[in-house]
Amino acid sequence: MKSSNIVLKVVTGSYLVLFFVYLFLPLVFMSVVAFNTSSIPQVTPWEGFTLKWFGKLFGDSQMWDGLINSLIVAFFVVIISVPIGLGASLLLTRLQFKARNGLYAILVSPILMPGIILGISTFLFWDKAFHISGGLWTAIMGQSTFISGYCMLLIMARAQRFDKTQEDAAFDLGATHRQVFWKITLPFLRPALISAAALAFMQSFENYNTTLFAIGFEQTLPIYIGSKLRAFISPAMNALACIFIALTIAGVFVYEVMRRSESFKKS
Amino acid sequence: MRKFRQDAMRSFGSFGITFIWVTVGSWLIFMILLPQLIMLDFSFRPFLPLRKIGGPEDIYTLKNYIVLFTNEFHRAIFIKTIWTSVLVTTVALFVCYPIAFYLAKVARGARFAWILMGLIIPYWINELLRIFAWQLILADAGVLNKLLLAIDIISNPINFRAGNSAVIMGMVYAYILFMVFPLYNAIESLDRNQIDAARDLGSSWLRIHRRIVIPYAKPGIAVGCIMTFMLAAGSIAAPQLLGSPSSFWFSQVIYTNFECANWNQGAAYAMVLAGLCLIFIFAMLKIFKVDLKELAK
Amino acid sequence: MDQYVGQDIEIVDVGMRYEGSEEYAVSDINVYIKPGEFFSFLGPSGCGKTTLLRLVSGFLEPTKGKVLIGGENMRGIGPNKRPTAMIFQNLALFPLMTVAENIGFGLEVRGVSRADRRKKAAELLELVDLPGVENKKVSDLSGGQMQRVAIARGLAVEPSVLLLDEPLSALDLKLRQHMRTELRNIQKRTGVTFIYITHDQGEALTMSDRIGVMSDSGTIEQIAAADELYNEPETVFVADFVGENNRFISTVRTANNGYAVVETSFGQQLTGINPQQLSSGQQAIAFVRPEAISVLEDSKAGENIIKCKVKSISFEGAFVTIFLDIGGNQAFFMRRHNNGSTPFPEIDSEIDICFGAHNTRLLGTGTK
Repeated sequence: MKSSNIVLKVVTGSYLVLFFVYLFLPLVFMSVVAFNTSSIPQVTPWEGFTLKWFGKLFGDSQMWDGLINSLIVAFFVVIISVPIGLGASLLLTRLQFKARNGLYAILVSPILMPGIILGISTFLFWDKAFHISGGLWTAIMGQSTFISGYCMLLIMARAQRFDKTQEDAAFDLGATHRQVFWKITLPFLRPALISAAALAFMQSFENYNTTLFAIGFEQTLPIYIGSKLRAFISPAMNALACIFIALTIAGVFVYEVMRRSESFKKS
Repeated sequence: MRKFRQDAMRSFGSFGITFIWVTVGSWLIFMILLPQLIMLDFSFRPFLPLRKIGGPEDIYTLKNYIVLFTNEFHRAIFIKTIWTSVLVTTVALFVCYPIAFYLAKVARGARFAWILMGLIIPYWINELLRIFAWQLILADAGVLNKLLLAIDIISNPINFRAGNSAVIMGMVYAYILFMVFPLYNAIESLDRNQIDAARDLGSSWLRIHRRIVIPYAKPGIAVGCIMTFMLAAGSIAAPQLLGSPSSFWFSQVIYTNFECANWNQGAAYAMVLAGLCLIFIFAMLKIFKVDLKELAK
Repeated sequence: MDQYVGQDIEIVDVGMRYEGSEEYAVSDINVYIKPGEFFSFLGPSGCGKTTLLRLVSGFLEPTKGKVLIGGENMRGIGPNKRPTAMIFQNLALFPLMTVAENIGFGLEVRGVSRADRRKKAAELLELVDLPGVENKKVSDLSGGQMQRVAIARGLAVEPSVLLLDEPLSALDLKLRQHMRTELRNIQKRTGVTFIYITHDQGEALTMSDRIGVMSDSGTIEQIAAADELYNEPETVFVADFVGENNRFISTVRTANNGYAVVETSFGQQLTGINPQQLSSGQQAIAFVRPEAISVLEDSKAGENIIKCKVKSISFEGAFVTIFLDIGGNQAFFMRRHNNGSTPFPEIDSEIDICFGAHNTRLLGTGTK
């Protein structure tokens, strides 16, 4: 019994180590390359430490255009997807009707379909029906198609835990429907709405597949990265990846500090 | 219907009802249904020069679909895309199950938080860059070849990118989280007492997983597989960055069609890809005996 | 407390059938509830008492009949416009608001200023004996405190009628008994009409001015004060449901002067009160409360005497319940005080027991 426990511990431990090496080693390589003088992105041979790739990245106006476009698209995707997700989750959690399951299946289907299909159909639809050719607007529409679904699922998960008698109580105390919605229902859903907005922003900001087909000749940051990586690879992309990794780790760190101080305040 | 209207009125009032109609209605009609219908329409029309559109030759035809069977090159790519995606899904399932179980039932406190963070951080880095990282590893002069050469296992660099191996490795890496989290969610709600009870009854670890954890995690397995398969089959970044002409992917065929403005052919292939994913979804639901409603968990 | 004005409620011929359902959840409800009365609806779960409360509060509209509050017909008036306030079974306090915000909510939606709301909240917390908790979170309160906050929140909108939907059921026994007195006090202090629904007869009997007993079929069986309900049940359902009773299925032999003689299914003759004026040959059930039965002593004689055997004895502290065998499957038991000196009869011993004709109640098996 004892020896088998030790074996189990060793196996689990080494699996965990391997798993995280697998997960992080590629990112480490990628960051290291950003500081190598070599103009071909490679870890070895190490030709010397440099920051010139960051300078090159910041000097690239296309990168800035892509970044700005990405922020614009992500902003509108949040503005569109969160209300849609809210409306759909209210409809599906709060009302009983025959077509409920069918509607639910249709509304989650964009999540279960490859992004390129959404990109193609959005592009064709706006071109054909409204003569709006591919650009930021179609990218926003294409992305919102499935990001709304993610928002819906997130908000639904919380809405399902809502105690409906609270609305009854507020109504009974003289509130109008609108007051009940703004003062009772919405505050309860607020955490889910905030996470839905964050998720929508992230999903939009890093979307490649749908955007590639929907956006026509415009560029968002991922489209810019894609075209760079396919054409002539330069360590400037490693510099960009390095910035992403640093930002993510900083974000996680800040979140963790905030969470700890919050729980510290409580206790 | 009258009851539905009454309930709606009671729950939301006229303001709320309008809000729901506008949001859900525009999503459903302008973002989901009409675009798909237009694409379907496109896929059944022949590819014609602009001046002939609307003319006598612009009639519904199955031609765009038949090409998939007559064009050997496309057919081979399609079939390869399917089995390779299945392979990616299977590998991801085996790699992710232990970590999902560990996270859900074994890890506690600080260790749990660290592992969760470790899983999320790579996910926040753009998919393209995640795949690009593997380019650095798998290139002819990449880290892996350098390492293998240095310890004398090989005498010449291996060209990983010639076959599908680089693409597969990149995809497993890029989509791992879409497998871990559905599995984690499913296993997490399993009552630990069930595992303890089985162990108390003398069951081995392997049997506990086979008889208790895996059957319970079925909805999570189904969701994880559906997501991973869909992402793999529809992936365009991984084959673009890690592939070579010999490892062309079905999504690249579609992309090429659009690059040469043959929207009709592209739409038909997109429909085929959608159909493939739909079949896979239903197959998963059937195999794991899961209801569509459980997918949302 | 002069801002409160209790109003009367008139429920006239009310019936309620839910959409898509064949049967009426409640029917033929006729009740007049006086202003400032503490009125309870008592019935088993599923008898439609919650439906009735929601009809009064306005969450439901009756299929038939009408509800009048203060003489005004309430049809078409929503719950937010009625002079009623409801205390929900789960209390439905707003978890994201403080105690003061909860209590002030009804005033907030009416546009009352923040300062006035706080003043009112403090006043009401005083009234429900819970001063000084304005800024606490709801989740930091105990069960009994939440109860008081819920009542204060309901009273804040100065309702004429307070509707209480089994609000004590979540509390533990001790607190529940304490809250009964407390509720009754608050009702007396404010003079607001209370309508209370419960399946717990202890609650209904101790708190209410009058009680309406409802049966499973969604109709009212009897409306009476607590003692009358217990001592003079009008229907078989009430006799069975309220308190404990021995029941003997029997047939009427002779009837006169408000009394009748019946013969039970095991051949025993019993004399009892005949409130429904059943006549000879009719089916009846004879009810005898266990505490009305005593062991026959030589010195006194009762109207009804039965020979039986002691089956078992259950000791309950202040009381002793003695289960008796009188042949067949007839369940029969008596209850007497434990005075500490009178010995209990021995098990398997034969004894004679007796009870008065005025303690024996004969009720027909047909409805009413």
